[in-house]
Amino acid sequence: MHSFAQLIYTLSGSTKTNEKLQALVNYFAHANEKDKVWVIALFSGRRPRRTVSGTQLAVWCAELVNLPMWLFQECYHTVGDLSETIALLIPEKTNGSTQHPAQPLHYYVEKFQQLEKAAEAEKKLFILQSWLELSSRERFVFNKLLSGTFRVGVSQKLMVNALARTVQLDANVIAHRISGNWDPSTTLFSALLSEQSTQTDLSKPYPFYLAYALEGSLTELGEPADWQAEWKWDGIRGQVIKRNDQLFVWSRGEDLITEKFPEYTILQSKLPNGVVIDGEILPYKNGQVLNFNVLQTRIGRKNITKKHLQEAPVGLFAYDLLELNGEDIRHLALAERRAALEELIGMLQLPWLQLSPIVTFSNWDELTTIREQSRAINSEGLMLKRRSSAYLVGRRRGDWWKWKIDPLTIDAVMVYAQKGAGRRSNLYTDYTFAVKDGDKLVPFTKAYSGLTDKEFAQVDAFVKKNSLEKFGPVRTVKPELVFEIAFEGIAASNRHKSGVALRFPRISRWRIDKPPDEINTLDDLKKMLELYGK
Amino acid sequence: MPLISFTDKGLYCEQGNFYIDPWQPVDKAVITHAHSDHARGGSRAYLCHRDSLPLLKLRLGPYNYQLVEWNEKVILNEVIVSLHPAGHIIGSSQVRVEYKGEVWVVSGDYKTEADGLSGIFEAIPCNTFITESTFGLPIYNWKPQQAIYHDIQNWVRSNELANKTSVLIGYSLGKAQRLLKAVEEVPGNIYVHGAIWNVHETLLQAGFKLPAVQRITPDTPKEAFKGSVVIAPPSAEGSLWMRRFASYSVGICSGWMQVRGNQRRRNADAGFALSDHADWNGLLQAVKATGAEKVYITHGFQSVFSRYLNEIGIDASEVKTEYGTEDEETQSAN
Repeated sequence: MHSFAQLIYTLSGSTKTNEKLQALVNYFAHANEKDKVWVIALFSGRRPRRTVSGTQLAVWCAELVNLPMWLFQECYHTVGDLSETIALLIPEKTNGSTQHPAQPLHYYVEKFQQLEKAAEAEKKLFILQSWLELSSRERFVFNKLLSGTFRVGVSQKLMVNALARTVQLDANVIAHRISGNWDPSTTLFSALLSEQSTQTDLSKPYPFYLAYALEGSLTELGEPADWQAEWKWDGIRGQVIKRNDQLFVWSRGEDLITEKFPEYTILQSKLPNGVVIDGEILPYKNGQVLNFNVLQTRIGRKNITKKHLQEAPVGLFAYDLLELNGEDIRHLALAERRAALEELIGMLQLPWLQLSPIVTFSNWDELTTIREQSRAINSEGLMLKRRSSAYLVGRRRGDWWKWKIDPLTIDAVMVYAQKGAGRRSNLYTDYTFAVKDGDKLVPFTKAYSGLTDKEFAQVDAFVKKNSLEKFGPVRTVKPELVFEIAFEGIAASNRHKSGVALRFPRISRWRIDKPPDEINTLDDLKKMLELYGK
Repeated sequence: MPLISFTDKGLYCEQGNFYIDPWQPVDKAVITHAHSDHARGGSRAYLCHRDSLPLLKLRLGPYNYQLVEWNEKVILNEVIVSLHPAGHIIGSSQVRVEYKGEVWVVSGDYKTEADGLSGIFEAIPCNTFITESTFGLPIYNWKPQQAIYHDIQNWVRSNELANKTSVLIGYSLGKAQRLLKAVEEVPGNIYVHGAIWNVHETLLQAGFKLPAVQRITPDTPKEAFKGSVVIAPPSAEGSLWMRRFASYSVGICSGWMQVRGNQRRRNADAGFALSDHADWNGLLQAVKATGAEKVYITHGFQSVFSRYLNEIGIDASEVKTEYGTEDEETQSAN
């Protein structure tokens, strides 16, 4: 655990990609084989399942260090991270202590798995014992793994690149081999990276090709004729795989979500074997793409009921074809892949399975005008793909660009503030905003991002000055600071007092120039809902 | 009328007609220590510890200063006033105020671990104790000074091997002198920022023994910094002033570094939780050792600390003051 904790600290402490890469390369060169497999799993989003709740951990820790629960909570709000709070509250091992020395990473993670079904007392015993035998840093990492909140500021790409250096394989090959379904506790490092891994795992998806936001002007892209434009859809990006008579649906987060979409079951018989389609899972009814909000009512549900299927039916908009007749065709030009895709989709004749339509245009000005219509059809803007482009791995510049429409905005006043987490720990950075409704202020959204560190520090100082320190995390603030809130979409919601829910709200700027009585009103929000929320 | 009341100018003893660390000019100010949130200029007369004098002169300029030793009694209209070591920085003192057998103690800022420079904190028995609470949460428990010094030394050595300059960030008064003691044991040159140089010279002239340092000036050749140690105040962090160090690593030395988020927010390469304030256990021990029946909690986590004290049977209330922000945290680099 020592070297893994060291790795995590180096990675999270560094802002330089090269240093991070080097730390990973060093780790892969020295770590034991089982630990390496777990590190690959953890850094590619394969977190161990949570076996205890955060509340249980909090209660056990408070009990162990003999603190009242409210005081534990205060510590937690200041630190902004449960794992770290616990790591700090438990006293360090003293020299000559009789505790066991710490075990390697895989020991702890596999122990969590074994204990998944165990009685609470057994879990507690293991956890308390581990807390005492680990150092503060190790305890922090242990808690992260335990509570299922393990996240590192390192992209999967960086980990793959480090691995590529260690095992002398091409990074794209590694990215493919470590994708899909494999169990870190039973997979050997050598087997995971062997060529066999891609042949034996039928469900294995291809790494997604992702686009950057368009930089610079359209004319820099060259000839319009070299480009294919499509709408950018706001759903769940996914891959549909049919191999050996079995159907698999993957999300971009590499979760196997086949069961969540019973609508797709028919593809098991209809699709030919050896086919992989890249597309967008969208709420879709009577030939119309619906607001993303509709889909949100059924994602995350364990069981999809008939009601869900009726109220939030899904379609699939096909973007690309990655495999045909069992052959990887990602190297072919987009134009060729698209032709094959059109043929396949045309043959299937399923009303909810559509080709993502190509937007035709003859010059860039025309395309600019077309883009204005995006919101009306529940699209987020346009995608631009070079007709000659291969299907690459990961986020790349050059051949694919996303060109989103400008967000909706509204001016609002800050009414509540709460301390943030991570690098915003002990700073008031999480705000709730309100619009006017007559003399009243109606809170309608939270936003956490969009200010610079300097601005956050100023707002933090304002909050500390303008609200009394009290218990609990939320402070009511004098409604004085006005911000412009940007968001991607708006939908009706009966869970919110304001009656609306926003999609991706964030602060777009601090309106120092605007007094609080000139902010937008609830009526303004309702008009937006009327216009865009259907 | 309580012996000490909380007024809009600061802590006031009406019977003795003096203020303790007032934030506005008054006739008579008793000063706990020379940090800018406790010692402010403009008052007619000051009472302070002998070791605070050179620092107050440096920071506030010439005023009417009356000096005392620790434990020396001064009588102001029947009120017995004396200063006692607080262990926070050089000269830092607690203020004991006694009238007709009733004793109040104002802690100022303090730490309970001896740092080898600032005198050793003494718990003074009293009826009422007014304590700071900067780090009044149980997540703040410091490693022993020696262990932190050891971490700093190792960090400096590893930078040296990589031919990098080690830039240590800490307050120019208090932290910087401790850092000098920490890095003294690693052979090599020590360079300091002008703000630290001023304090350093003042302390040397007052007879304190500190390691030899060199002031950084626009003429210092850049080559000189390779592999050396630089000590700079927080205002220098991330400023243009730092540009002179070609390849460097920044280590921030502050109790706030206990929490990772703070370290990440400040983009530090390393954070050392080296504080001049008492940690949670230090605060608790100090409060208990005074045997006070009533405790007032000032700057820091006052609501949390007072609630906890009340729960363990110590009568405590919170008080709002203007302490807690040293100028160096906000002032820009120069």
